[in-house]
Amino acid sequence: MSNSKFTAGVIPEMMKKYIHKLASKGTRIDGRGFDEIRPLKITKGYAKRAEGSALVELGRTKVLVGVKIEIGTPFPDTPNMGILTTNAELAPLASPTFEPGPPGEEAIELARVVDRGIREGHAIDLEKLVIEEGEKVWIVFVDIHVLDYDGNLFDASGYGALAALADAIVPASRYELGDDYKLPVQHYPVPVTFAKIGNWIVADPNLDEESIASARLTVTTNEEGKINAMQKGLSGTFTYEEVQKVINMSMDIGRQVREIILGDSDGKED
Amino acid sequence: MGIKADIKLIDDNGLRIDGRLPNQLRPIRMEVGVLERADGSAFIEWGGNKIVAAVYGPREAYPKHVQEAEKAIVRARYSMAPFSVDERKRPGPDRRAIELSKVISEALESVIFVEKYPRTSIDVYIEVLQADAGTRVAGITAASLALADAGIPMRDLIVGCAAGKIDGVVVLDLNKEEDNYGEADVPMAILPRTKEIALLQMDGDMTYEELKTAMDMAMEAAQKIYQMQVEALKKKYLEVE
Amino acid sequence: MNERKGVRKIVVPGELIKEVGKPGNGVFVENGKMYSAYLGIVETRAGYVNVIPLSGCYIPKKGDKVIGKIIDIAPMNWVVDINAPYYAPLHVNDVPWHVDFGYTARYLSIGDVVLAKVSNVNELGQVWITLKEPGLRKLEGGHIIKISPFKVPRVIGKGGSMIQMLKEYTGCRIYVGQNGMIWISGSPEGMITVIKAIRMIENEAHTYGLTDRIKAFLEEERGEENGN
Repeated sequence: MSNSKFTAGVIPEMMKKYIHKLASKGTRIDGRGFDEIRPLKITKGYAKRAEGSALVELGRTKVLVGVKIEIGTPFPDTPNMGILTTNAELAPLASPTFEPGPPGEEAIELARVVDRGIREGHAIDLEKLVIEEGEKVWIVFVDIHVLDYDGNLFDASGYGALAALADAIVPASRYELGDDYKLPVQHYPVPVTFAKIGNWIVADPNLDEESIASARLTVTTNEEGKINAMQKGLSGTFTYEEVQKVINMSMDIGRQVREIILGDSDGKED
Repeated sequence: MGIKADIKLIDDNGLRIDGRLPNQLRPIRMEVGVLERADGSAFIEWGGNKIVAAVYGPREAYPKHVQEAEKAIVRARYSMAPFSVDERKRPGPDRRAIELSKVISEALESVIFVEKYPRTSIDVYIEVLQADAGTRVAGITAASLALADAGIPMRDLIVGCAAGKIDGVVVLDLNKEEDNYGEADVPMAILPRTKEIALLQMDGDMTYEELKTAMDMAMEAAQKIYQMQVEALKKKYLEVE
Repeated sequence: MNERKGVRKIVVPGELIKEVGKPGNGVFVENGKMYSAYLGIVETRAGYVNVIPLSGCYIPKKGDKVIGKIIDIAPMNWVVDINAPYYAPLHVNDVPWHVDFGYTARYLSIGDVVLAKVSNVNELGQVWITLKEPGLRKLEGGHIIKISPFKVPRVIGKGGSMIQMLKEYTGCRIYVGQNGMIWISGSPEGMITVIKAIRMIENEAHTYGLTDRIKAFLEEERGEENGN
């Protein structure tokens, strides 16, 4: 229970062996198949001060993503585009290994990987977020708040970001710019993360698997089967064939997840 | 507090804008043990507030120089999610959050038997996910549950509750509009058994009599909130053999 | 675990205790009245009133068998995380091997798991553990999981009945540390079943008929295995 920051990071050697042994028998520590993700539940509209939000429960990992939309000045080099900005906080309540303070490299990598998926996958059309070219645009803030960390924050956060964007309302009336309207979401680029354990590759690693994985690969694909973002992590490597396999698995799993994100699991009272 | 506006906070029937009587609390819901990783946790929904509190420890305090040889240190951290308020809050603690964290730490320490765990820290994290005035008192109420859930020895639970003044009337538990446009706010944390006061702040403009009425109101409401805390704790741990 | 039937009375920190007796553990006295210091249950034993906490970290007691993880190594000792507020040093004199100064890492390295006994606890909560007794050792193979130390009696069951049943159905070897660390070793299928069963016990510890439900679960799992 009272794992300190230091000791929580010490992984028992026997756990590594056990997970490898299970993999050799075709199974995983929680009994899942290699290409099976944990139960996924998405509650849209959870945080009502946000313009859009979604609480994601991926197994025992819990992430709350909120979208705030405000007015600002466009970047000088993109006067005809709104602004998307993604930020992640690994709140210290989520794990004994998370510390208070400004975002560390892990939180920054998380925010950037999620951002890349949404941005490069053109989830939202930034050109539609211009109020006055060169002067006034909508800024969409995507804030990822990790509440309970049991592995695979990339996917939980990515799903939360998409669901929160799909839930978001542009608060035009607050600025006397006409009626509020739904933030136009045009694509659903879905990230799926894989871990390499020994010579095996598993989808949606939980914390135990993540802690003994040699390498990690996140592939974000959209509903048209296009690839929008990738991120490889950790000190191990993938073979060329493994990468191909991961991309294909990501598309398959992505399709299932997209249905859940698009579903009407809505936390709103009305 | 004190933003001037033509808003009537109390109508001709003496009711507040959300329909409450002056001494009426907003709806409150509590749940204990909501997080997997934390040693203790609790969630509270109080009016439009949604707050989660988590406790880690007692664990050896780190870095070592913060350790105290004869007692545990209690470190509460109050934090607001960027999307918890209407205007996005920049991530990271501002001066207000740092001040609140300090007074909350001190209030919580007043009930904990800190001498039982020398050289350790008891870390309390309060995350405001949705804010609607009164976050600090709701946060303390949830933190107290999370501490009990973590098995921390205490001489009492601790209840947060605020009272204040709107349209010249002393009222209990201000909501956001009342907090913005009202005349005074008195957040308190109360030990329900001994009726001691562990946190007390005030801002605004009140007569001595008004302040006394406000404090009495909060003290009385604290007993109701305490009953809800006890129920929430017993609900999680109800055991049969 | 006592044998009384029915719902146990839970007290919260600061709650007045009405039972009569001398103040024991987990209680405090103020103005001649006794109060609970913990979220726990009241138990009267040998004239003392105690509150047994229902949650929290493991509080080591002399003689407890615990499972711990080596987290640091020094020339004369190892540092072991036993799931308590403080780490427990394991001194070279308390292991069954002759260890020369500075050669500790040859015997136990960081990440190793041991089955140890609490040999002493002092007033400050400092703990000493030993491996010098038959049965105590480094645990090899298998897997460890962690549960709340307060659920340990449920996993063991009355007179060891629950743990015995888990062993019989799965053929696994299982050690339950008093500190809530459980070591399981056996076939992968058996281990997965044991872990699922323990998680069930953990989540449903407060319900009636748990033993029967666990038994039904084990039967089902065994049936599935035979069906394959």
